[in-house]
Amino acid sequence: MSTQGNANPNSSVNNYSMSSTQNGGGAAPCQNGPGQMYPAMYTASSYYSSAPPAAYPTVAGHSAPPTGKTPVSSTGYSGNYYQSSSGLSPYPAPGTHQYSNAPGQSFQQTAPYAMPAGYYGQVYSHPSQGQTQPQPQQLQPNLMPASSGSNLGAPLYPIVSYPSAPGSSQYGTLRSSQTTAGQPPVSTVMPPPPTQSSLQQYSQGIGATPTPAQPGYGAPPLSQAATVNGQSNAVQQHYDQNLHNPMSHHYAAGPPNSQGPDKERPPSGPPGTSVHSSPQHHPGLLYGDRGVNNAISSAAGDHSSSSSDHEEEDEEDEEAGGDSSSTTTDSASPVPNSYESLEGGGYSDLAAPPAGVPAKQAPPFGYNYPTMHPAYQQNPAPKPNPSPSHGGYNPPGYQPYSQPFPSLSELSSALGGLGGVSELEAETLRPVNLLQERNILPPKRAPPPEPNLSNDLRKVNCSPDTFRCTLTNIPQTQALLNKARLPLGLLLHPFRDLTQLPVITSNTIVRCRSCRTYINPFVSFLDQRRWKCNLCYRVNDVPDEFMYNPVTRSYGEPHKRPEVQNSTVEFIASSDYMLRPPQPAVYLFLLDVSHNAVESGYLNVFCQSLLDNLEKLPGDTRTHIGFVTFDSTVHFYNLQEGLSQPQMLVVSDIDGNHLVKDLLNALPGMFTHTRETQSALGPALQAAYKLMSPTGGRVTVFQTQLPTLGAGLLQSREDPNLRSSTKNVLHLGPATDFYKKLALDCSGQQIGVDLFLLSSQYSDLASLACVSKYSAGSVFYYPSFHHIHNTAQKQKFQKDLQRYLTRKIGFEAVMRIRCTKGLSIHTFHGNFFVRSTDLLSLANVNPDSGFAVQMSIEESLADTSLACFQAALLYTSSKGKRRIRVHTLCLPVVSQLSEVFAGADIQAISCLLANMAIDRSISSSLSDARDALVNAVVDCLTAYRANGSNIQPSGLIAPAALRLFPLYVLALLKQKALRTGTSTRLDERVFSMCELKSQPLQQIMRMVHPDLYRIDNMTEQAALHLNDSVIPQPPLLQLTAEKLTREGAFLLDCGSVMYLWVGKCCNETFIRDVLGFQNYASLPSNMTEIPELQTTYSERTRAFISWLLESRTFLPAFHVVKDDASTKTSFFQHLVEDRTESAFSYYEFLLHIQQQMSK
Amino acid sequence: MEAAVFISSLVDCCALIFLSVYLIITLSDLECDYINARACCSKLNKWVIPEMIAQALATVLMLVSMHWFVFLLNLPVASWNVYRYVKVPMGNMGVYDPTEIHNRGQLKSHMKEAMIKLGFHLLCFFIYLYSMILALIND
Repeated sequence: MSTQGNANPNSSVNNYSMSSTQNGGGAAPCQNGPGQMYPAMYTASSYYSSAPPAAYPTVAGHSAPPTGKTPVSSTGYSGNYYQSSSGLSPYPAPGTHQYSNAPGQSFQQTAPYAMPAGYYGQVYSHPSQGQTQPQPQQLQPNLMPASSGSNLGAPLYPIVSYPSAPGSSQYGTLRSSQTTAGQPPVSTVMPPPPTQSSLQQYSQGIGATPTPAQPGYGAPPLSQAATVNGQSNAVQQHYDQNLHNPMSHHYAAGPPNSQGPDKERPPSGPPGTSVHSSPQHHPGLLYGDRGVNNAISSAAGDHSSSSSDHEEEDEEDEEAGGDSSSTTTDSASPVPNSYESLEGGGYSDLAAPPAGVPAKQAPPFGYNYPTMHPAYQQNPAPKPNPSPSHGGYNPPGYQPYSQPFPSLSELSSALGGLGGVSELEAETLRPVNLLQERNILPPKRAPPPEPNLSNDLRKVNCSPDTFRCTLTNIPQTQALLNKARLPLGLLLHPFRDLTQLPVITSNTIVRCRSCRTYINPFVSFLDQRRWKCNLCYRVNDVPDEFMYNPVTRSYGEPHKRPEVQNSTVEFIASSDYMLRPPQPAVYLFLLDVSHNAVESGYLNVFCQSLLDNLEKLPGDTRTHIGFVTFDSTVHFYNLQEGLSQPQMLVVSDIDGNHLVKDLLNALPGMFTHTRETQSALGPALQAAYKLMSPTGGRVTVFQTQLPTLGAGLLQSREDPNLRSSTKNVLHLGPATDFYKKLALDCSGQQIGVDLFLLSSQYSDLASLACVSKYSAGSVFYYPSFHHIHNTAQKQKFQKDLQRYLTRKIGFEAVMRIRCTKGLSIHTFHGNFFVRSTDLLSLANVNPDSGFAVQMSIEESLADTSLACFQAALLYTSSKGKRRIRVHTLCLPVVSQLSEVFAGADIQAISCLLANMAIDRSISSSLSDARDALVNAVVDCLTAYRANGSNIQPSGLIAPAALRLFPLYVLALLKQKALRTGTSTRLDERVFSMCELKSQPLQQIMRMVHPDLYRIDNMTEQAALHLNDSVIPQPPLLQLTAEKLTREGAFLLDCGSVMYLWVGKCCNETFIRDVLGFQNYASLPSNMTEIPELQTTYSERTRAFISWLLESRTFLPAFHVVKDDASTKTSFFQHLVEDRTESAFSYYEFLLHIQQQMSK
Repeated sequence: MEAAVFISSLVDCCALIFLSVYLIITLSDLECDYINARACCSKLNKWVIPEMIAQALATVLMLVSMHWFVFLLNLPVASWNVYRYVKVPMGNMGVYDPTEIHNRGQLKSHMKEAMIKLGFHLLCFFIYLYSMILALIND
């Protein structure tokens, strides 16, 4: 969007005029590029009845805690919230009470991130633990009176509109997801077919908008009336009010998760319901639907499809609200109360950190990473401190906050004398002699290092799961960075499923006038009317509209706007951000039906999966779905009724729903006797491209062999004899530019291509993957897939499809990454097309892809103490809304080499190095890439040795922050992608490379360095208590066969696959109670799941496994491996610390590094 | 004869100078985000072979007219042009690949290369001009 567009006097602030002239004709409508403005689809007037102040309907996101909610969920939730925002109390005191009791508290939405539901539960279910915590000082007591709170809560929160049924059911969802997470995402509750609700919606849309074809379009105007959604709940509520469609409401509320009974928990009518009866509240209650489905999907790891349903309702409501000419003022009015009580005064200075804020404040606890913001602890598999003395997750989070401020500053000033090395740094810098320290692996996965920021900034900083930097202390100059010999880069997971995301609807999205940065928590307000951009340091005016804070309904507090209180926010974008009307969700499936494909039987599995999930495909009434099959020819299917001749058939899945189903039922049978062995993938893709060009959308390709016909045909390039060559591996790059060109064409037309390769022979994935790589798709590979002979693969395929079909999707997306002046991005990793220096073009964006960028420091950062990075993702939701998700990360700048080492994030570094190594192996050679990895360790440790004066000369010394560096690099060298000497199929190698480049960090780390646990002797000691279930916490073991014993059973968690290794002499109770067999001998060699037995042993084991899976989106394949089975090699290849015939053991590797260093 | 050789070299050189300027303009357009990578690369890739031929022509002209010094001056540039054309990986869309140009500082190195070539062609231009005048006078 252009500045003119914003500033245009023609477009009055409140009137959301969509006409192009009013928006300032000259303004480029699209944020990220040229492009003409499309005329508005509807007239503004019809939507805009509300008075100026009304343009700020407020949503009290957080005031939401429904008083009427079941105590469990509300407690958990608020407790969590409470902590995350103020870090004050881990106590399980019912949140509502807390809110109401603490009007003066510094309370606000600082935790925009998703807390995995499990987190809440943990907090909640640990009342006793929580209380063992020392009470965080002064403020605490006020908050505690839980009993009185309940009474207070009701009156204070009427606004909160805590919806009757749906709202609470959302909570239910959250809660239930804790318990059921990890279950296979088979939906137990079938949602009503979308036709119902969508049709209704459709009609409404027609009524409301002049352009009935675009209900999605019609909706936004209302929402334009600045709705601030702190939270994600109101959607259903709206729905409820307006439509009273219990069916769909149920649908919305109970996402098709395997959520069990919880979600159906009847909405306990909270006081909020009364509020609802008044339609005026609607606009104000407009909550982000995103959050809802996010909550669901991230927590339970599956269907984000439900999201779409929420959105549908959302839209309806918006329109309904508009019709009812709700005065937003009314709706907003009650909100502030609650918000005021929430926000108190505590944060006034937070938003406007003085420019010279001392970046390094010593965290009071010098030990490891004590000062974690609770929000940071939402690692996919959060591992709480097992020690019972710590209250669940809280301790690290709140200790720093409990520290009285003066002491903090004293401490920091005292430490300032030590050359800026704080206790934290001292710990992370502690020299470790790698050759002597045998057990360097922490007992649980180490959390990411905490940036050394002041508490205020730390609290609002972006979650490390979303946004991570390899160096949490940014070096001042490139010279300093070079001295450290560590890569500087960012790892992003921008479209991650979030449970909590403030969604902001506002006429003007406030951005810096020169660099277009979105306003964020790290800008400084010079005074009430001006703010200084934290990226380019330009001073900007605060627009009038921004002066009004919808949260508190007060004027003149721009620093309390949600944009300034949260580092992850989502804006509903106006038409300025559109190049064309938002596209509908269009899905095209390109199915290989050659003999090979039919033989493998994937068609059955796919058709069944799609049939099951047809209703859950994200989309609205405009959703289209189409099918193309191909062997040596390309077949199209006409699904339109009343047509006599074959014609391309893309048909709305609403109208032609039954036809789609018929086709899906018939498809597997149609080609059973095919003799066609050729595959014309290229022409099929070209056809798909032509078909999709007018709209854009997603093409899903299923391919089972090498394309042999037509354009884009490929030859087999793999020489099986060279699979285990220790010399160079050839053919890692594409053989032709056909797929790349096609991908770029697709990307230009906003078409994303996802590739499922299910083949037993070489299919030249290196070439085929290009089609996904540059169109921002994803690649899935199932080597030797067969529906009968390879059940494990089949199960994995089914699970993946389930997630794939139902996950959230964003269309026609672009992502821009901005950084503080002086830093620049020079290399990008991931699946996308880099359109200009900092703009990534993503035809589709999905919640499971990660990105990485490398940066260099072009100008000295000496004049600033903070470096900031902002990733803004502009996308069209499956409901046809343009949205912008903005993440901002803030890190301190340091001038000492030791501080750079202290802030190194070893996991992020390893991932970035992996990405770089893969680039290197494709552009240069594999051996070069491997050498470069080893040199990265050698150089870095040499740099550390050269820097440190107090280090004993002998041994291999690494700072504690980097002590896992050699281990991770060794693990990387043993990855399929980079290993040599071990027989590796070319396709598998290339797939592994694709994964390393496009997966988010957590997933990569599990893949590179899997987690090994002994699970046959898990005790309740140090176990985690979650919602009545006990989750044992066995320590992580080093990845060496040394740790395995014949008497034990071990679980190896590699991210996309899990192995349960059963030793020969494993105790029989375990085999009987957990695996359901009499003894070791009777165990079959191809078990792929753990039976659900009613023994405590089994329950405990399953609880542990499902806890591990809690935050995964794709469920791993599961293998039970017997000690003597032939499959055990696949298990042992993950034991990276051991020696193999062609690779070093860990100790040898260390010696090798030492030798290299002494050269 | 001699004059004809230098006149044609001069024309050739002028073309190369214009081409270098065009490269620099297009690349800096890309740098400033005025055009997208796809358009930029397809524009530039069109000129890779003409440039190679023009440079080879100048080199060959000097070789056949036996101006060894100027020939040796031109040879490295001509061979570099051929080398980079041959070295394009199979999957790439030419010397300038839109998917790679923003990575690993490629844009900068292309820019640097174009600058160096511009300087070189300017140098050649004056050499040719001088030699041409000399040849014309001698005639």
